[in-house]
Amino acid sequence: MNKQILTVSPSPHVYGKESVKSIMYGVIIAMIPAFAVSLFYFGLSALFVTLVAVISCIAFEWLIQKFILKNEPSISDGSAIITGMLLAFNVPSNLPIWMIVVGSLVAIGVAKMSFGGLGNNPFNPALVGRVFLLISFPVDMTSWPKPSVLNMNLVDVQTGATPLAVIKEGVKNGQQVSDLLNTLPSYFEMFIGNIGGSLGEVSAIALIIGGIYLLIKKIITWHIPVSMLGTMVIFSGILYLVNPDLYVDPLFHLLTGGALLGAIFMATDMVTSPMHPMSMIIFGVGIGLLTILIRVFGAYPEGVSFAILIMNAFVPLLNKIKPKRFGETKKV
Amino acid sequence: MLKTFPKGGVHPPENKISKERKIEELQLPKTVTIPISQHIGAPSTPIVNKGDKVKVGQLIAKSSGFVSTNIHSSVSGVVNKLEEMLDSSGYKRLSIVIDVEGDEWLDTIDRSKNIKKEVTASQEEIINKILDSGIVGLGGATFPSHVKLSIPKGKTAEYLIINGVECEPYLTSDHRLMLEKADEMLVGIEILMKAINVNKAFIGIENNKPDAIAHLIEKAKSYKGIEVHALKVQYPQGGEKQLIKALINREVPSGGLPVDVGAVVHNVGTAFAVYEAVQKNKPLFERVVSVTGKNLNQTANYLVRIGTSVNELIEAVGGLPLDTGKVVNGGPMMGKAIGSTDVPVTKGTSGILLFSEKESKRKDVYNCIRCGKCVSVCPMGLEPFLLMTLSEKAIWDRVESEKAMDCIECGSCSYTCPSSRPLLDFIRLGKSSVLKIIRTRQK
Ligand code: SF4
Ligand code: SF4
Repeated sequence: MNKQILTVSPSPHVYGKESVKSIMYGVIIAMIPAFAVSLFYFGLSALFVTLVAVISCIAFEWLIQKFILKNEPSISDGSAIITGMLLAFNVPSNLPIWMIVVGSLVAIGVAKMSFGGLGNNPFNPALVGRVFLLISFPVDMTSWPKPSVLNMNLVDVQTGATPLAVIKEGVKNGQQVSDLLNTLPSYFEMFIGNIGGSLGEVSAIALIIGGIYLLIKKIITWHIPVSMLGTMVIFSGILYLVNPDLYVDPLFHLLTGGALLGAIFMATDMVTSPMHPMSMIIFGVGIGLLTILIRVFGAYPEGVSFAILIMNAFVPLLNKIKPKRFGETKKV
Repeated sequence: MLKTFPKGGVHPPENKISKERKIEELQLPKTVTIPISQHIGAPSTPIVNKGDKVKVGQLIAKSSGFVSTNIHSSVSGVVNKLEEMLDSSGYKRLSIVIDVEGDEWLDTIDRSKNIKKEVTASQEEIINKILDSGIVGLGGATFPSHVKLSIPKGKTAEYLIINGVECEPYLTSDHRLMLEKADEMLVGIEILMKAINVNKAFIGIENNKPDAIAHLIEKAKSYKGIEVHALKVQYPQGGEKQLIKALINREVPSGGLPVDVGAVVHNVGTAFAVYEAVQKNKPLFERVVSVTGKNLNQTANYLVRIGTSVNELIEAVGGLPLDTGKVVNGGPMMGKAIGSTDVPVTKGTSGILLFSEKESKRKDVYNCIRCGKCVSVCPMGLEPFLLMTLSEKAIWDRVESEKAMDCIECGSCSYTCPSSRPLLDFIRLGKSSVLKIIRTRQK
């Protein structure tokens, strides 16, 4: 009757639309608002830094796969683009280009490919790249260009300290927090991004828009960002209540530094974060605690990157927490 | 808020293309091939020989144990042969092949159209009748129904739960049955309630069938103790454990049975078959089968005699389209792909689903990106990615301790994985290996 060859394969016979690619490109789309703000405040140099980071990440991944690992190139999955963008988001827009290239090599070569590529890396590659740069080139990594609207200059930008660094230095020198705050941009300016900092971390509103997009697209869940930011608010809130002259208020902690960038884009990295809700919450709480500890009592003004990397190391342990099995309850 | 089960689940496109197609009787075939193993449990024992004349509804193979059931001829004619024939599982199984002559039914069967509402049979008579009539779970599980109705000593049933969920995409046979045979079905439910001695029954129907919900709510008013509940659309709500959780918020313990939480679950199709058996003396020899697929010009819901070749169903809707790549016996999530369409419809065939070649392709497999989506969709609270890795590495004791045996093989994990990893394939491998180990341990 019919001689057609029929495929015999086990169920299920239909699949969801989501793919590694669609997830990765979703993340890229979510980064666009923050990227746009960085172009607005830091001008062409932001574009330049980002392009260099993205291109070097893609190139290193391709070269390593082609000549060292000799396996199928996977650059089309989009994950190298994300690593490049996140690395760029985490550096000042006036960082020398060769440093960005070195950072990309560390991110892709050391933190990602040496562990077996996408899915196998325990640490967030962009953060490994960033921390490597921070430790190797502390001066370049912490002199931030002052934002100036639509700056077309590639050189000669004014540099200054980030709000977190101003507070940290000032408190160390015995100044009161409230006096220091008067010298800083208002909270509204922090909210829209008119402050010093890494190029992708400055605008709270742009990051939040990206985060909402990720939530709607179900690429991330609320667990990590909410538990991390919530812990930061509670911990810094307690300190603030204890002594408002010494400790800055929680809102300041949320709006400055890499808190939102970290909570929305880096701590939620699927590969390097835990797999189920309970362990995600513990992970987020851990990052929040460590961030404030480093910011307030540590040597660095900013602690989000370190906090995330430290908690990355705990992920295998956190994944040992089991989800609640169906029917686990005692027999009735 | 509509009720549903709380943990996991997916919502694949519903594609209920054939839902408007009324149930039609399929033309009688020239021969039927009736396998003696169409249910879970021991194969039945044939009691006819080559050359015997049989009538429609006549017993041709007898139950061979407690978990087994009877099989009846679906046609009248002459037994042509008893031989190993290919069935939808892909294996050859002993089957009874009958050449059709006319359509002569046993005269004990009441063929009148009137609905007999009054239930006179006693509890024991009902259960015996259900066994005699060869009734099995018609949702696809094909577990002999009389076994589920025989409540083990020391346990009591409190609720009868009727599965009208039809959560598998595409399939519409239960939907049509609820619309067209509501009264028969409700009488069937009363009979089932009597069999397990409960006075409360819940019918669960997903909210994508508002016409069936409205119709049954209206009809159920004249029956005592039967409630209809609309449920949020969520696959795999038709899974026994998920449906019980959704309707009465009780969790069947791991390794336990529904009756452990006081519930007995039957499918709407089964309730209809019970009505026919008990009230009309008609054994189970035909069932409703959806014939559907996006590449078909016409879809259908056919009333089909058991043993009819799948070919005949496909011919009736216009033949196998040239671009067909896969034919599935059942739904897209849990059905079985069949390598040949020359296999018989059996008691468990709820649908014949066609996929074009394009739809049949599996996507490329990537590394696990540890997104946790498989964990969050698993309705049993398992970690599919972990079970797959453990099965790949053949660490069977961990596969067991991570509760692989709780997996209901719903396929939600494989459906969802963005890296298209064959999670369920490996979990099945793990389960069968663990099962072997458990069996040797028991010896
Ligand atoms: S592990 Fe089993 S029960 Fe869980 S989603 Fe996969 S197939 Fe369904
Ligand atoms: S859904 Fe797929 S990629 Fe995501 S954790 Fe599970 S196996 Fe890994």
